[in-house]
Amino acid sequence: MTGPPLLAVEQLSVDLPTPRGPLRAVDEVDLELEGGRTLGIVGESGSGKTMLSRAILQLMPRRARIGGRVLFDGRDLTRLDAEALRRLRGRSIAVVFQDPMTSLNPVLTIGRQIAETLREHLEIDASAAATRAIELLADVGIPAPKQRLRQYPHQLSGGMRQRVAIAIALSCEPRLLIADEPTTALDVTVQAQILDLLDRERQRRDMAMILITHDLGIVAGRTDEVAVMYAGRIVERAPTARLFKAMCMPYTEALLAAIPKLDAPPHTPLAVISGRPPDPTQPFRGCAFAPRCRYRAERCADQRPSLIPADPSGHRYACWHPISPRAA
Amino acid sequence: MAALDVEVEQIAATPARRGRRVFWLAIAWIAMVVAAAIAADWLPLASPSDIDLMARRAGPSPDHWLGTDALGRDILSRLVFGARISLTVGLIAPLLGLFIGGPLGMLAGYFRGRIETLVVGGIDVLLAFPPLVLALAITTYLGQSVLNITITLGILSIPSLTRVARAATLSFADREFVTAARALGASHRRILMRELLPNIALPLIAFFLLVVAVIIVIEGALSFLGLGVPAPAPSWGGMIAEGRDSLDTAPSIAFLPAGAMFLTVLAFNIIGDRVRALTDPRQGAL
Amino acid sequence: MLGFVGRRLVYLVPVLIAVSLLTFLVAALLPGDLAVAMLADEATPEKMAALRSEMGLDQPLVLQYLHWLGGALAGDLGRSLRTGEKVLSAILQRLPVTLELMLFAQLIALAIGVPVGILCAVRNGGAFDRLMTAIAFGKLSVPAFMLAIVLIYVFSVTLKWLPATGYVPLDEDVVGNLRSFVLPAVTLGFGEWPVLMRVLRSDMIATLQEDYIAMARAKGLKRWRILLVHALKPSSLTLVTVTGINIGRLIGGTVLVETIFALPGIGRLLIGAINTRDFVVLQGVVLFVATGFVLVNFVVDILYGVLDPRIRYGRA
Repeated sequence: MTGPPLLAVEQLSVDLPTPRGPLRAVDEVDLELEGGRTLGIVGESGSGKTMLSRAILQLMPRRARIGGRVLFDGRDLTRLDAEALRRLRGRSIAVVFQDPMTSLNPVLTIGRQIAETLREHLEIDASAAATRAIELLADVGIPAPKQRLRQYPHQLSGGMRQRVAIAIALSCEPRLLIADEPTTALDVTVQAQILDLLDRERQRRDMAMILITHDLGIVAGRTDEVAVMYAGRIVERAPTARLFKAMCMPYTEALLAAIPKLDAPPHTPLAVISGRPPDPTQPFRGCAFAPRCRYRAERCADQRPSLIPADPSGHRYACWHPISPRAA
Repeated sequence: MAALDVEVEQIAATPARRGRRVFWLAIAWIAMVVAAAIAADWLPLASPSDIDLMARRAGPSPDHWLGTDALGRDILSRLVFGARISLTVGLIAPLLGLFIGGPLGMLAGYFRGRIETLVVGGIDVLLAFPPLVLALAITTYLGQSVLNITITLGILSIPSLTRVARAATLSFADREFVTAARALGASHRRILMRELLPNIALPLIAFFLLVVAVIIVIEGALSFLGLGVPAPAPSWGGMIAEGRDSLDTAPSIAFLPAGAMFLTVLAFNIIGDRVRALTDPRQGAL
Repeated sequence: MLGFVGRRLVYLVPVLIAVSLLTFLVAALLPGDLAVAMLADEATPEKMAALRSEMGLDQPLVLQYLHWLGGALAGDLGRSLRTGEKVLSAILQRLPVTLELMLFAQLIALAIGVPVGILCAVRNGGAFDRLMTAIAFGKLSVPAFMLAIVLIYVFSVTLKWLPATGYVPLDEDVVGNLRSFVLPAVTLGFGEWPVLMRVLRSDMIATLQEDYIAMARAKGLKRWRILLVHALKPSSLTLVTVTGINIGRLIGGTVLVETIFALPGIGRLLIGAINTRDFVVLQGVVLFVATGFVLVNFVVDILYGVLDPRIRYGRA
């Protein structure tokens, strides 16, 4: 770990005005990511993880208020003008969205959608862009790439479409790839393929990646570090192996327990986390998870725990009653 | 009529406008115009058809509050009497359409099947004619008079009101309270009158108001072409046409009736729009 | 696809027949006697009888209708009572003027409506949007003839830039021809742009919220490219439909505008026929216009089906 991190998010907050009052979607988040490493962000729906990814790219709705800083390669993205941001997007930072059926334009051909990114950022002509597009489609494992250029998104299967989206994201050799729930909209059988593809490409290109998901199982083995989000805050962060071995925050434990186990006896009830995430328009003191936490105490409702290190490995957690390291 | 249709549907597609003041201003204007039109005979106005060649194109004066037109006739009184024509046609013709088209649409939407096909087919045929053209043709054959014009425009307003009634009925007809009524053995007539009619009344009235606005415009167009209510009865459209020749010397002769018509039509649009906003739950005040 | 077109065609024929029937009936059922109306002062019993049998007015209504319809299908809409000219050729002679007017009007409507619609969609809820919405709403209350008067007052009477009436044929003087169309086309076009703009605006607002627009921004594409290529294309379907419907409205509007600005088009022919009580011309023009209207709507329907496959296969 040498030099400053590629991406550094400092005290990032996002507030959205709603008729019922301002909604705090992201609450003072700190993150770092080195070049070439993978960060997993895990959280349930509404935890703010998608908003976080949009905030990094400065793609918020017009009315959103952003606090804090997002440093990419030393530059503060929150202070950049629109044109500079535009040149950055797609080129240095790329995104893969969750649902390729809606993230690809249905009335434009695949070739067009790949080529326009290339031509925008790399200033190459149409035929060079087409050639490159075919290469990219082959890279991501799409058969008969030449024919695909003229096809429309609805003519491909879900997995194929996501591959196209990945091809588009990789087209300009970005330094950072943000994959926002890339497999959630896909069949289980296809999910592994897509994740493997992302893995492979990342290694080939020595790209940094942020993998956003609600499924703890996905980040195991595929990420270097994991951050767990709840109610807009990061509640635990650790190198992946450490997290699974010695998780501290009860929420993380509950998340892990909620994954159905294949080898459990039949009719085992699914472990659920009771209750619901807090209403983000109501500011709350104390720990956001407290109402649903089975270890909760007086202090948890009153005082907000900040992230404190658990050990020198970079493992941090925010909890007044961390779970003691479990016996294996 | 297609113009009526699309135009009114477009108005209906706009989000409800906020502005209570505007709404009440509109009501006030309509009330004033209606009152003036009804009380025209008893108001201290000059006669609308008195020609005074000595006082042509005169500006406002104690005798003529809004001046005179090219033939020396008092503009204010012509405006008031013209309001009578516009309002009479503008209100009665759509009522005709409402009382024929409303039930037709309800029956079509409720019974479906052959009745619906017949009604919809009939509407399409009427809608196949550009409205102004059909109005012109019919009034030519029938002759120009307030009654004939009212009937003609009434016929022309039937299709769009039928459509609205049918659409509203369709949206309510398979709701549970109708099924419940049927299960209780209610007759068709009872269902139609007691269950459906109260529910579609409001959207129908909202649409009706918008139709009024359009009819006033069409009547104005007919009068403008000289093919509406026959002279010497004053009408706003006719006044605008007459004022055209005096645009260079006394533009107010044309612009005063134009302004009156504009305000009246606008007022009906605003009121109709507000009523429609009341009925549409999607646009409800939140 | 063929099935779709076929279905629409099958529906088309009865409508056309009904249109012709209605056109005929309106004329045939007029109170009073056509022969009397035509001969007016010169009416004598013999002349009336002769005229009636010449015009076939003494035959049963059904036969009259079929006779007339047969003639119409063969291209014979009769001859003008006033000039003796063949009705169809009179119509065809004036058709180019009307078409030119409609074309310009539609172009003006698009030229104003599309950019304003896009801008309003992009700045949804902003000051510009609210202003334009208010103007569009107000514009619905200003009929064509009122606008024409205002325009004439401003541009002809006060500024003296443009002629108030008068038509210059295209082959005589192109500039003069275009000048004579400016005010009429603006009058008509101005009536249409609010509708276009409202429809495009709401369509684009919906489109702009789609994921693929966010994706396009995430790809770092230029703003105008996103708007014009990614956002406009999916919204163009409704644009086409509204334009098609507009053509129908325009047909009615040309009647007024041609009369006000003295353009020798079909609308003026119609009004002229009404004023001179030339029933043959009137009937022929109404039939022609209504048929054209139905056919235009038919084409719009087909086009809609072509552009959106969901319509083809049943209710969308």
